[in-house]
Amino acid sequence: MELDKLPKPEEMQIDLTPPESGWMDTPVNMRDGTYSYPAAAKNLKILDMPNPREWSVTADDWKLPQNWQEIILEGFKERLEKYRSFKLFMDICVRCGACADKCHFFIGSGDPKNMPVLRAELLRSVYRKNFSTLGRMLGRFSGSRELTLPVLKEWFYYFFQCTECRRCSVYCPYGIDTAEVTMIGRELLNLVGLNINWVIEPVANCFRTGNHLGIPPHGLIDMWEFMVDDIEDITGIKVDLPVNKKGAEILFVTPSGDYFADPGTYTCMGYLMLFHELGLDYTWSTYASEGGNFGLFTSHEMIKRLNAKIYAEAKRLGVKWIIGGECGHMWRVMHQYMETMNGPADFLEEPVSPITGTKFENSKQTKMVHITEFTSDLIRNGKLKLDPSRNDRFRVTYHDSCNPARAAGLMEEPRYVLRNVVNNFFEMPENSIREHTYCCGGGAGLGNDENLDMRMRGGFPRANAVRHVRDKHDVNRLICMCAIDRATLTALMHYWAPDVEVGGIHELLANALIMEGEHERKLDLRGEPFSGEEEDEDV
Amino acid sequence: MNAWFSVFTALVAVIALVLLAMLGVETIGLKSIFGVIIPYVAFVIFFVGVAYRIIGWAKVPVPFRIPTTGGQGKSLPWIKASYTDAPWTTLGVILRMALEVLLFRSLFRNTKAEVREGPRITYASAQWLWLAGILFHYSFLTIILRHARFFFENVPSFVEMLSSVDGFFQILVPTLFLSDLAFLAAVTYLFLRRVVLPQMRYISLPADYFPLFLIGGIGISGVLMRQVWKVDLLKVKELTMGWFTFHPVVPEGLGTIFYVHVFLVSCLLAYIPFSKIMHMGGVFLSPTRNLANVNRSERYVNPWNYPVKVHTYDEYEDEFREKMKEAGIPVDKE
Repeated sequence: MELDKLPKPEEMQIDLTPPESGWMDTPVNMRDGTYSYPAAAKNLKILDMPNPREWSVTADDWKLPQNWQEIILEGFKERLEKYRSFKLFMDICVRCGACADKCHFFIGSGDPKNMPVLRAELLRSVYRKNFSTLGRMLGRFSGSRELTLPVLKEWFYYFFQCTECRRCSVYCPYGIDTAEVTMIGRELLNLVGLNINWVIEPVANCFRTGNHLGIPPHGLIDMWEFMVDDIEDITGIKVDLPVNKKGAEILFVTPSGDYFADPGTYTCMGYLMLFHELGLDYTWSTYASEGGNFGLFTSHEMIKRLNAKIYAEAKRLGVKWIIGGECGHMWRVMHQYMETMNGPADFLEEPVSPITGTKFENSKQTKMVHITEFTSDLIRNGKLKLDPSRNDRFRVTYHDSCNPARAAGLMEEPRYVLRNVVNNFFEMPENSIREHTYCCGGGAGLGNDENLDMRMRGGFPRANAVRHVRDKHDVNRLICMCAIDRATLTALMHYWAPDVEVGGIHELLANALIMEGEHERKLDLRGEPFSGEEEDEDV
Repeated sequence: MNAWFSVFTALVAVIALVLLAMLGVETIGLKSIFGVIIPYVAFVIFFVGVAYRIIGWAKVPVPFRIPTTGGQGKSLPWIKASYTDAPWTTLGVILRMALEVLLFRSLFRNTKAEVREGPRITYASAQWLWLAGILFHYSFLTIILRHARFFFENVPSFVEMLSSVDGFFQILVPTLFLSDLAFLAAVTYLFLRRVVLPQMRYISLPADYFPLFLIGGIGISGVLMRQVWKVDLLKVKELTMGWFTFHPVVPEGLGTIFYVHVFLVSCLLAYIPFSKIMHMGGVFLSPTRNLANVNRSERYVNPWNYPVKVHTYDEYEDEFREKMKEAGIPVDKE
């Protein structure tokens, strides 16, 4: 699907009023543009995942194993015994409805099963039928139902229509987190071979080549060298490119989206320039060349299988600690799962900035520091020469990526960096930033093109807030700290707010960074003239 | 399921319970069943059931530390972190839980989003649910505490004080308690929003209406017993004290309304362990709220962590060694 095939933004129909028929009696409608394509069999085979086959979402027969109900109910039971979160969240919801209009997919689609409460009820109804005595006895009066094929299809549709952004969990009086529900829902679907290719292919790629895009080591070198050349054109400086360097002090890991496509590449050039300017003893890795982790959108086990590379590579290279780049869900994994799954990393040292001497106390166990923590500390200690006026052409707003905000509490660091590298910074309305931030609509593996209609709907609340600051403050640059955002927000802005461009923090930082020995810089990292200079020439 | 069908079945169920009590006491005369045996059974189901549920939850491990950070986390010393919304100390977590349990902090964040022409989204503050929730829970608590006078030989002074504050305005005789008014108003609001708001009507199950009607029925029967068909409080106390000394005697002359009230309370108690009302215990165990955001600074162990199949560096290098050498990337094995 392409953007021009969608209705015009002003013709997008959104009605939040639920239909007449009750939710249990409304079958799922697999409308084109609102679901993702199934995982290719070859990718499941690489990962030893169950039931590899070719199948189609719109076909009646999903080619499930004969005993699929048994497999799912067995998996359900196992997870009720392994995750307190899951068991509690099946039990304690009072359906108060506070979460209903907090979900970007509900606000954008009006589909009532996108209310977090109903998304979870899709599982709860089966839970009551099979794991609760009263539920079994009272049948539909208790809101329970059999696990049938139509119910399973509903699961597939709606658990791949949730981006695990945790916004609803901020408002829930019991902290019920739909991300947990969706993660388990997807795990159950995976048990019978129901998954989407836009998740499983990156996972299979990452498993084998070290990154989601499947770029082999020599391909990475080409991409990085290309950036090094671009930087030389712009600044006159040939920056270092240390790769798989044993004995370096720091391993740097960032999402592979930053190597591959604009505008992520500009952020990646920003890292290269910053580290060069600092003279940092660091290294890139081709084996651990992915900060992101689409395992998070598959199963807990898959998170661990992919994440294991980070510490393994840190150990092999003998580094002291790790810096992680600008990525969203990556930081859910690095912050909340990595150390528990693959730690303790006792072969590493507690991170200390070699430039400022600052100890990163908050990372003393995982030994992994977020790039904006590292950079904001540099700026705070006056270690960077910055000329924010180079970014005067940009009127900037900042989109908090879901996971850094709601799973790690990283909200002030990126803003501190931004305020020091741009002169025109404007916040979006309060209920759309920080812990209230809205998803880009394409997280959790849903940023594919076949799902474009739902992406534009899911991203609508975010776009609505961007349009607000665009109209009020002439904002023309939407900054984010996430590789998925940089890809999906670009399409989202194209659709809803065409004159707003998307970029990363370290792109703007590198624009403003005055480097030792640079020639007179006229162009920003995108090869466009800095503000004012063009006019000067005109005069 | 049709929304009105949910309301209807729940209402019928509660009316049936009321009729059952009236029939049992007035027609068949089963006063000791309704006055003694059913309350005892209900208490046992309540205590055993609630304990069973909470122990059941507590026995399930929490494999990962997954707090929802509702504010700036603790990082560099000069960045102001949110002590209660992204806590990093035990005290911070306790305060966060206290705010959640006592003041419904998360619910207070509630906003209402509406999609208008354009399309564009507008937001409005929406604290009514929070207010109704606070009123409901605190008036319920006050009412329960006031009932303590039936369970102590000498009424504790705090109960006396609570009752006199509660009846401060001295409307009607006997005084109508403010908590009764607030309670009934809150229950009515919680019911009305479920049937009036289309989204709420859509998500509500009979299991949402049933406890509301049941609790409403308890409130109404209580007020009726106090204001209209007055019962002899001394006789009530005789019975309730009997329950506690395990020598229950059912006094003559207690009106049917009393048995209806006690029966509905018994039903509620017995229903709690099987129902969503267990949220009161569950909120304390919620991993997104009761864990500190110290994920990168303190170790957290998953009791069932198990080894998984990974793709090792050696396997990786074996596949790409020649290309790596060509590209000038250092390799482990030449």
